[in-house]
Formats: sequence, structure tokens, C-alpha cells
Amino acid sequence: MSLTNQTKNQHLMWRAGFGPAVEQLGDLSKYSPKQFYKALVKASDKKPEYINVADDYLQGLYMGIEEIGRQQKKEMTPDERKMVQQKNRDGIRNLNVYWLHEMVNSSAQLREKMAFFWHGHFACRNLNIFFQQGLLDVIRRNALGNFGTLLKEVSKNAAMLNFLNNQQNRKDHPNENFAREVMELFTLGRGNYTEHDVKEAARAFTGWSATIKGEYIFRKGQHDFGTKTVLGKTGNFDGGEVLDILLQQKSTATFVTKKLYKFLVNEQPDDAKVEWLADRFYKNEYDISKLLEDIFTSDWFYEEKNIGAKIKSPVELLVGIQRMLPMKFERDEVLLLIQRSLGQLLFYPPNVAGWPGGKNWIDSSTLMMRMRIPQMLDDKDEFNIKPKDDDDQMMGRPSTELRMNKNEDPKATGMKASGRLNRPIQVNIDWSLYTKSYESIVRESLLGNITGTLLQVKSRVSPNLIKQFSDQTGRENFIKTATLQIMSTPEYQLC
Amino acid sequence: MYIKRKEFIQIGSLATASMLLPKFLKAFEGQTMVPMGNKVVVILQLSGGNDGLNTVIPVRNDLYYKARPRLGIAKDKALLLTDEVGLNPALAGFKELYDDGSLSIINSVGYPNPDRSHFRSMDIWHTASQSSEYWNNGWVGRYLDAQCKGCDKPTQAIEIDDILSLALKGDNIKGIAVKDPRRLYGTANEKFFKEVNKSHTLAGSSLGGGRDEKGEQPADYLYKTMAETLSSADYIFQQSKMHPTKADYPKTDLGNSMKTIASLIFSEINTKVYYVSLGSFDTHINQEAQQQRLFTEMNDAVKVFVKDLKANNRFDDVMLFTFSEFGRRVAQNASNGTDHGTANNMFLISGGLKQKGLINPLPDLADLDEGDLKYKVDFKNVYATVLNKWLKANDKEILAKQYDYLNFI
Repeated sequence: MSLTNQTKNQHLMWRAGFGPAVEQLGDLSKYSPKQFYKALVKASDKKPEYINVADDYLQGLYMGIEEIGRQQKKEMTPDERKMVQQKNRDGIRNLNVYWLHEMVNSSAQLREKMAFFWHGHFACRNLNIFFQQGLLDVIRRNALGNFGTLLKEVSKNAAMLNFLNNQQNRKDHPNENFAREVMELFTLGRGNYTEHDVKEAARAFTGWSATIKGEYIFRKGQHDFGTKTVLGKTGNFDGGEVLDILLQQKSTATFVTKKLYKFLVNEQPDDAKVEWLADRFYKNEYDISKLLEDIFTSDWFYEEKNIGAKIKSPVELLVGIQRMLPMKFERDEVLLLIQRSLGQLLFYPPNVAGWPGGKNWIDSSTLMMRMRIPQMLDDKDEFNIKPKDDDDQMMGRPSTELRMNKNEDPKATGMKASGRLNRPIQVNIDWSLYTKSYESIVRESLLGNITGTLLQVKSRVSPNLIKQFSDQTGRENFIKTATLQIMSTPEYQLC
Repeated sequence: MYIKRKEFIQIGSLATASMLLPKFLKAFEGQTMVPMGNKVVVILQLSGGNDGLNTVIPVRNDLYYKARPRLGIAKDKALLLTDEVGLNPALAGFKELYDDGSLSIINSVGYPNPDRSHFRSMDIWHTASQSSEYWNNGWVGRYLDAQCKGCDKPTQAIEIDDILSLALKGDNIKGIAVKDPRRLYGTANEKFFKEVNKSHTLAGSSLGGGRDEKGEQPADYLYKTMAETLSSADYIFQQSKMHPTKADYPKTDLGNSMKTIASLIFSEINTKVYYVSLGSFDTHINQEAQQQRLFTEMNDAVKVFVKDLKANNRFDDVMLFTFSEFGRRVAQNASNGTDHGTANNMFLISGGLKQKGLINPLPDLADLDEGDLKYKVDFKNVYATVLNKWLKANDKEILAKQYDYLNFI
């Protein structure tokens, strides 16, 4: 069976981006995947803007003169400190919503998708909004650039240095956390280094620290200037030179390529292809764009076994729905609540190893929740799920995601004190472009067309069943309700 | 075996519907009722890092009162277990259980290289990994994997919650999260889901044809999970109606959860592990009121639960234990609270305890690690004991290592 350009381009859009957008529906069958990919690359050319969502008060506090800032921070009352923490958490919440919005609306799909990959690869929890903004900027700027540069910038980033305790890594008191994770999770992978390598590398990273403003600083007095031996090389290395040694190892190219293959192509890696890609990635001196081109312009990427073979991550699902059905949420917090309920809240990875992905996304609760979302968006189902508390985020206080403004009536916002929504998510879906895209389709072909647009696998649900549960009182109603029903199937969880 | 008429009808109706049921439910058709002696574990997670030192209080230790000039609980307020040890005043029911020989306390439980992040430390407790390892499955989930090779019984482990914890996720089998058996998946689209589940064609599609080592397509896995979820939901609901408890549980979240657990324990469900959480114990600020509020909720719910089990002759078969991701620092902070610490105590409650009361000494406050307690018992020893001695499972396989057993069972 030969696949149509439409199926292939949808496949490309789901993997190299967050799914086809409603505006693209007309183009999907017009162009070849090669042409489509070229356009995707072009749309991601521009350097991304620095995202700054921090509150003015915090801005003043952190960006003021360093010493005064430090002074002020020390002298804060418990209440002020509480307020600063709250503003930081609010900031990270806003950063989440802002970036999610970019994923939905930006034409730089390839860049945002790769930034999303690096966000999981360089997984980091940090409750300082500026540090998080800084790390996100590093990742978005370098998403399609050079992996070595990306690795070095991440390694000098305040959020990461803090998260991996490198502030405590001193000449006389080495802390190996940073060195260990750089080798295990960022570059070589397990089995390609020894405990001795970790110890020696940790010495090279001593003194790598960040100022209160989040700028990298080399604290000379804490650095171990002695001779180190890392992966068979001996010298008076600093952290940068150790990173270079890690990049010289072929296993770094293989480790990163394999992870990317699983993310972009198939959870079941094809060793021969990974090896071929890793060879070229290594020879091309870690040029990420060339690696992506190798993947997305290959014939095997478009083979049937790779299409519809991936379980969408919660963020891919949530963004993908919005790309197809443009919508405005009354309360953006709902977007965070959904992420949390499905197990992937941006900026809060479970640990430094990132989200495990694949089948790990699915259990009885998350699967049913996923399949209920389309009806929730259509006011037919209510959001009666209470996600678990995340104490790192909340510091013992109630969740802020659904905090009400003081002058809001709890009944009017549809929320209970427990943070549980007790009425449908309020959202306005703009159906106009979507329904219009089917205007030339004859009635008999309508359901088949909708299914082909939304699903990357052959549906196991009979068309009659979809029809039976759809509103057949008119063409537009049918398109809307059938679309939501198809989005409520197990097949829609795949891309 | 004597079968009450009501139960007989239940089984009968399951059997007639069996054509629609996946094979794991069919397994119940010919099965006899769960006999007395069927051991059950109830895990009560105290989320947020409960302050162990104000839970089990060293009432004669000057170092304790010195480190906590305002937060320390005075000897005359504590519920004295011995001359040296008192319980938090909000735990009167636990004191009764102690007097009754139904409560054990393990002090200084933790693990090497403790992590002070809630999420990470909770991960370590859930997965039972070393603190340098990142595992994607939980210890109860791996118990399911080991117990149930070749069959699918996600109801062997039930979490009373909307969301399933990592602890209950195995590689092949995952437990099921249920907040309210009556509601379960009673959603606007429930009928649609049931129809999809019933009518979908199992013929593999040509697309998405990538198969894993088991020859399974991703869609197979999703449909399997869906089928299990829907039938488990029905099964749990049926079971919960079989012998609903008559006891008067407090109308709190935990009270409702314990009521659900009791009703299921009295039914013939195959559940071996129940999981429920209470929180948040993250008491950085004004600890006393927050801990007291949560302890009152815990005390009142557990008290009724134990009484209920006793009245139904099941207390000897049930082992409830508590844990928290970490304890708190010995010294109080400037906001009448405590910050993240390390080792902590665990409560064990059962009519079948071999070792009662205080199992080991209180933590040594003179021997601290930068202001934190040193752990004396690895929590994985507790897991190994429960798995091996209570659930008769292969703990070595489940925990990927042989841990020594404790003697409380």
C-alpha cells in the first residue's frame, strides 16, 4: 500500500512539530514531504525571542545591583519571603502557559518541538523564575544548533547548576551530582564511564557557580587546579575541557541520537539506523539540524511501521488538539491542571532523567482522562479530577493553579475550596476554519475524511458507532461532534 | 464452601456476562470466595514530609527541647507510651492501639544519600531504587508484575485517588486508581467508551504496525488498558456493594477512603494492596496547627477502620503502615515550622504483629549528620518484610536485591 502525501505530511507534522494546524489542512496533500520539511526548517530559521514573564517586583529584586539584592533578600521578613516564593511560582506558571501558547501558535514548529525534546533531556526543577527563563532561552536558541554549544550553555546555567548541587561542589568538598548526571544522562549514558571518571570530572567542575542574578560565575577560590584523569585523558582540566572530552566520545553521539530516534521516530529503536545517524552526527560535529535532516528526509522515516506508532505525550496531545481546533480558555490554569492530571507538567519533570515516555504515560486514570478531554472542552463532561499535590512546587500550601482572585465568587468560577472544578472547563472553540476545510467533501466521504485528518492509525472503531454518537442534525453539527468523538478514542492518543 | 445467597447471585451475574469480559475476570467464575486469612496491606502515605520528631516524641531528651524551643511538645501534653516516649496529642487512637498491642513503631527509617526534594525522595520510596538510580516502575507495580504473569488483574492493587501513583505502576501491569466506586468512570461519554470497547475490531491495522518485543502494537496496549479499566471499574463497584461497611466513618477525605477500603476488604475482591495518601505535611510555617489537623483526620479515620476490621474478624489479616518521603530537620526554623530532613518513623498497625510497640530505639539526637537524623533502618527492609512474610511474594525479584527481613511479622 502506498501512503498518500497527506498521511506522510501529517506524520511529519506530528513528529517534527505538534501536529498539523487547521490552516495547513489544504496544503497537506499539495506538497511532498521533502517540500513540507523544507518549509518547516525555513519557518524555524529565526532566533527566538527571550521569554520574560516575571513580575516587576521580582524583576527589581533580582536584577538590581547584586549586593543590594543579596542584602534585601537576607533582610526579608517571612511574609515577604513567602510573597517572593509565590511570585516565583506564579512566574513559572505563566512561563508554562506562554510556552504552551508558542507550541500551539508558532510557525517555528521544528524549533519548539526540539526545544521540548531538550526540555526533557536537560530536565531541571528550579523554583526561580529567572533561572528557568534562562534555561528555556538556552534550549530554544540552541534547539537546532550545535549540541556541544547547547551542552556547554546548559552546564553553565544557574537553574541546572543549582538543581544539581554544583554550588556545593568545592575543592575540598566535592559534590559529584553534576558530574555524574552530565555523564549518565546528558552525554555518555550508563556503562560508558567509571566511578573514577565521575570523581575526577567533579573536581574539574569545582567553582562553577551562578550569581544571584543567574549569571555564570567561576569561583576561582573553590576550583581544584590539580591534575585530573577523565576517560583516559590526563591534564589540568577545567569543566569546559571535560565537556570537550565527553563530546569526543563516540558514545555521546550514539546516546543522544538513540534518545532522539525514540522521541521522533519510534519507541523501538532500529540499531542499524541509529548507528548510521550517530556516525554522521559525530562526523558533522554535533550539528543538530543535519541530524534532523538525515531523519526527516529519509525514506524509512515514512515507513508504515513508524506512522502512528508513538503514544502522544500529554503536552503533545494538549497542544495538538489546540492546533487543529483553535480555542480560548477562560482560565489558562486549566491547561496546567490537565498537564498535571496526565503526568507531564512543563518545568516540573519527575527528576533529572526527565519524563520516561512511551507506555509510561498510560494507566487506567490517565487513559480515561485523555479520552474525556474532548467532551470536557465541549461542556459535555466536567473536570472532576483532583491531581496530586506537588510539594516541591507548593511548599505546603494549597495549589495555586486554581487559586481564585479574592473578589471572585467561588460559585461563579466553578471551583470548590478543594481546588476541584465542579463544572465544565470554560472554553471557546473557533470551529470556522475547521468546518470550512471540509466544505468540498461530499456527505458520504465526510466521516472518512475527518478520520483521516485526525488519526495516524487505521481506526478500529466502526464508522457507524461514531455516527451513532454524533449529532446528525446538520452538516456542521455532525463535523463538530464526530470530530470530538474521534478525538475521544484510543487511536487519537497515537501519532 | 458455604455461600450466602446474595454472593451467589453476584457470581452468577458475573458468569452470564462473561462473554463480554476479558479473561482475567472470567477467572473469577469458578473461583471460591476469598477465605479468611487472605492477607491485605494498606499503605498510608503521609505526603509532604511528616515531622517524625513531633509524632513520636522523645519526651525526656533535652536536646529535643533545645532544638525546638517553641515547637517541642511538652511531656505533660504528649500521650506517654513509656517514660521516655510520647505520641503527638492528636493521636489518641494510636495510643489505644499501642496499649492494645496492635501498633508498632519503627524509628529512624530512611535510605543512604537522602534527597531533600519532595518529588525525588518520594520517587525513591515509590520505586525502591537507590538514590543514584532512576526507575520508571514502582515496588507495588513490580509486585503485580511478579504475582500475575500471564493474567491481568489490575484490581490486585487499588489506590483510592483520582490519579495513580508511581508506586503502583509495574512494567506490564499497573494498579488502578479509584476515588469513589460509585462514580468511577461514570462520565458523559461512558456509553461511547463501553461501545468502543465492545465493538472494536482486534485486527491489527496496517498503519502503526510497529510491534514491540511482545508483538504488541501501541494501539493494542491502549485497548487492553481501556478494557481492563472498564471491567475493573464494574467489578470494583459490584464488590463495593456486596458488604458495604455499616461503621460510622468520619466525613473527611481519608474517612471516606478508609470506608471504601473496608467495604472492599469485606467483599470477595482479589485486592492485596490498598494505597491512600494524606497531606500536605510540608510544615515550613506554623507546623503545630497543620500537623494537628492532619493527625486528627488520620487518627479518627484509622480508629474507626480498626474497630470495623475487628468487628468483622479481619484485623489479623490486615497490615496498615504509614510512611513519608522524609522527616524534618531536628531544629525548628524561624517561622514556627521545620524544614526538610531525612530519617523518619513508620507506624505499623495490625492484629497480626509479631513485634509490638517500639521496635527499635528513638533516634540519637547527639549523633546527627549536619543537623539531620541518621537512618538506622532502610525502608527497603520494611518492604522486603511485608512482601515476603505478609504477601508471600518473591521480594528479591521485586526489589532487585535481597534485603534482610525485620521481625515485626
